[in-house]
Amino acid sequence: MKKSVLTTALALATLAVMPAQATGISDDKVRIGVLADMGGPYGDLCGKNCVEAVKMAIEDFGGTVLGKPIDVVSADDQNKPDLGSAKAREWIESEHVDAINGLVASSVVGAVAQVANAAEKPILISGAGSNTFTTTSCSPFNAHWTYDVVSLAKGTVKPMLDAGKKKWFFITADYAFGHALEKVATGIIESNGGTVVGSARAPLGTTDYSSFVLQAMSSGADAVALANAGKDFVNSLKGATEFGLTKQATMVGLLVFASDTKAIEAEVIGDMRLTTGFYWDRDDNSRAWSQRFMERTGGAIPTMAHAGAYSSTLHYLNAVKEAGTDEGKAVMAKMKAIKPDDMFARNATLRADGRLVHDMYQVRVKKADERKNANDLYEIERVIPGEQAFGEMIPECDFK
Amino acid sequence: MGINLFALMGQLLVGLINGSFYALLALGLAIIFGLLRIINFAQGAMYMLGAFCAWLGLQYLNMNYWLALIVVPVVVGLVGILMERFLVRPIAQQDHLYSLLLTFGIALMLQGTFNHLFGSSGQSYAIPAALQGGFNLGFMYLPMYRGWIILVSLVVCFGAWWTIEKTRLGAYLRAGTENPKLLQGFGVNVPLMITLTFGFGVGLAGLAGVLAAPVYSVSADMGSNILIVVFAIVVIGGMGSIGGAILTGIGMGVVEGLTKYFYPEASTTVIFMVMVLVLLMKPAGLFGKEA
Repeated sequence: MKKSVLTTALALATLAVMPAQATGISDDKVRIGVLADMGGPYGDLCGKNCVEAVKMAIEDFGGTVLGKPIDVVSADDQNKPDLGSAKAREWIESEHVDAINGLVASSVVGAVAQVANAAEKPILISGAGSNTFTTTSCSPFNAHWTYDVVSLAKGTVKPMLDAGKKKWFFITADYAFGHALEKVATGIIESNGGTVVGSARAPLGTTDYSSFVLQAMSSGADAVALANAGKDFVNSLKGATEFGLTKQATMVGLLVFASDTKAIEAEVIGDMRLTTGFYWDRDDNSRAWSQRFMERTGGAIPTMAHAGAYSSTLHYLNAVKEAGTDEGKAVMAKMKAIKPDDMFARNATLRADGRLVHDMYQVRVKKADERKNANDLYEIERVIPGEQAFGEMIPECDFK
Repeated sequence: MGINLFALMGQLLVGLINGSFYALLALGLAIIFGLLRIINFAQGAMYMLGAFCAWLGLQYLNMNYWLALIVVPVVVGLVGILMERFLVRPIAQQDHLYSLLLTFGIALMLQGTFNHLFGSSGQSYAIPAALQGGFNLGFMYLPMYRGWIILVSLVVCFGAWWTIEKTRLGAYLRAGTENPKLLQGFGVNVPLMITLTFGFGVGLAGLAGVLAAPVYSVSADMGSNILIVVFAIVVIGGMGSIGGAILTGIGMGVVEGLTKYFYPEASTTVIFMVMVLVLLMKPAGLFGKEA
């Protein structure tokens, strides 16, 4: 017993000394890399405006931390995992990047995470949705910020099942994110008395969804879930409307960014229910921030990814300041110890597994005659408290 | 897996719709290559330009769909004419690789510009009122607009094929590619003819762009997605064979549609697999003449 007390004391002493050893900012600056699809199908939901959001956070923070300047580098990953991981390696090894933000396509994030985790650099996942970053491939350096497939499926699918939609068909984007979303949603459907009557895997970037829409129509489903995102969502929903699928089944958008909603005619998407991590017109704080964002980006509507990129950067910088260093481990520990609170992160905590638990919103898309202006898209029907919105932490990922 | 006959017929029809679209785009590419020996990699960008012209016309000039259907191909064709006259012609005597790289560069620049100006989510263009609604065919619901696409594509494709293969104008065009010097000796203005042909081929892409605007979202990368597929179709049909491009376009639409039904994961690659097979067995393409 005595021995263990001694060991504990020793360990505590070491811990107390550790920050002192790691103190300070490496290379005399804090550099944040923003990696995202800049011009492809996901360009508008994060892209160059995520870079702008990160810059806003840096400016709001004051431009320096612990007396050292903060700067940003950015790159286009073109949704290609090999490009993304090569860029991350280059940034970390030769450009002194301390943390990576943006991170949209789950397949890219998976590849980048391996590089960043090995180098012990935090990644702030603002755009991607796969829940593997806090489950099967969790790491002490992942901060999954904005949303994940679990929160989307729980927020959107469950109410539909309660409303009597029991037969489901999936049109799924054929890569990591789509598969994860379909799997999680299927779990919820089956455990709530529903059945999945079929699914079609559409390659990322498909333009013409008519074949998939016809498959959904002949399946006899009464709810058709679109497990895709960005332009894929827009095109599949347009196809569904054109071929009359919307008349025989309820369309369920599982991941919809505000930029997508805005890109679709109100007649097509009006009245759809969906789940989002942020809506610009929620309160004075979010409106003021969004106003500034739109002024800087030439009127682009802020999506939850943009808001998440801002919020995660701000929290990261706060943690660097509190920790007195930009050393990855110490910063991650601080990020989990202090609570973020800004226009995005409400009632939020960064859980030990790296999942940001925060309020999510169940919204209804406004119909054409309800919209007061081009950005008047949603009516918030319910605030889902974080504890209900996200999945439970699994023991293997408890990095306390 | 049980095959639902109705569903299969639906997929065939959808394949036909996409195929007629491919045919229209492949036609422009084939005309330009067949008569001018230029591989126009900017054809996809011109298709995108056509869709954007229709959208911009509606937004800022209140130009309706029907007017766009006539005006936009002319505008895009004029862009093509300027491109031929000032960019392509100066290097026409060089290796074909140069014009290929030039048109590829033009395509990238156009795409980048539109991406920068309008973002990547795409703009929406409503289906014109007269073409809304559709027909219930029993096995599926055919939106009227898709029917319209088939109709326009078939009429335009047949018209172009007939003009080139069966009329005196077409005979001049074909003679111009065989022996431009001799034809010039007969008093035909061959350079002008080449410019106009290029403009016509590009104008066809513009027309396809207008047709596409109401069904796909109008976005900067819409052309680059489809160009490679269309290029493969032209290769399968036989480089330069007008009729081959049309028939292959329709055929590949159907093949792709069936793949989407039986094994959707392969739907983006099936056309290229066909291309490889055709090239291995018949290097000049299905309808091409051996050189």
